[in-house]
Amino acid sequence: MRAAYRNHPLWLAFALHRLSGLGLALFLPAHFYVLGLALHQPQQLDGFLAFGAHPMVKLAEFGLVFLLAVHMFGGLRLLALEFLSITARQKTLIAVAISAAFALACLFLLRAFSI
Amino acid sequence: MDVAIWKGDGAGGQYEHFAVPAEDNQTILDVVSWVQQNADPTLSYRFACRVGMCGSCAMMVNGTPRWTCRTHVKKVLKDGQLKVAPLNNLPVVKDLVVDMDPFFDKWIKAGGLHAPSKTRDDDIAAIAPDTDGRQNANAGIECINCSVCYAACDTVRSNPDYLGPAALQRAWTIVNDEKHAARGAVLDLVAQSDGCFNCHSMGSCTAHCPNDLDPMQAIARLKRAAIKHQLAGGGRDA
Repeated sequence: MRAAYRNHPLWLAFALHRLSGLGLALFLPAHFYVLGLALHQPQQLDGFLAFGAHPMVKLAEFGLVFLLAVHMFGGLRLLALEFLSITARQKTLIAVAISAAFALACLFLLRAFSI
Repeated sequence: MDVAIWKGDGAGGQYEHFAVPAEDNQTILDVVSWVQQNADPTLSYRFACRVGMCGSCAMMVNGTPRWTCRTHVKKVLKDGQLKVAPLNNLPVVKDLVVDMDPFFDKWIKAGGLHAPSKTRDDDIAAIAPDTDGRQNANAGIECINCSVCYAACDTVRSNPDYLGPAALQRAWTIVNDEKHAARGAVLDLVAQSDGCFNCHSMGSCTAHCPNDLDPMQAIARLKRAAIKHQLAGGGRDA
């Protein structure tokens, strides 16, 4: 259980940023491996791309884009916090960052299912 | 109400339960004092002023660091229960008393000592109250050194050498103090490996500061100032 003193929005933003970063770190080696297939084993890549058309994979892609968006906007939030003179609006920034991430990921999901 | 108080020393300990009568107006410090005066005279705890000035009575209350003299029981009571423990991130001496030395040592390490730029024979420097530096310094000088921010900081928890929010906020007020003689040296000190760049901006310091100060923002500005200082060649001839 989250310790009581961590129960505030900024800590949640930190945790989201850290977890999304870890998720992306796990994704990247697999990503590069699949890209590498294009050079050496194009048939296998085609097989993987066919697998990628599965709705469940599309759903997983939504998660991936969400992680990317959360991480990017979280990073922008940190840059704003440290390099701009922002004060009490930090919480608003977090809210904006997370909702923008959601919006982007949802747009991607809609696009994935409409094709 | 049921009050669980941590008892032990640096080697370990456990919670002991006490039934404490509830009052209309009662602070956490009142509860701890009641236990010490009526139930367990061996209980050790620390306090002095009882009015939120001295910063000596901070403890973990239901998992959150708080100044106990100005925390009302009503505000924090959970299902009729109260859990009081020594502050996180500092070595326990006995029961609710922690050793504050590491906390204060870091104030010195972060350049917290005043370096005078004038002698007693000089006139007092005139500082306009509306300058940026004065405003920045003002934002941090009400710190009472209670160590609540230090106990709430997960970066201190994972790196015990990290200078911590209070010491770095002090450094930021000094960097903005026109009367200080070695402001560049302070920026060099806080840019070292256990300094301001350790901060992950989790914000627990700001969320829990009993005086409503904003150490996270002070550290963010310190980071910016330290980067500017290094880019301008600071620290190379130190």
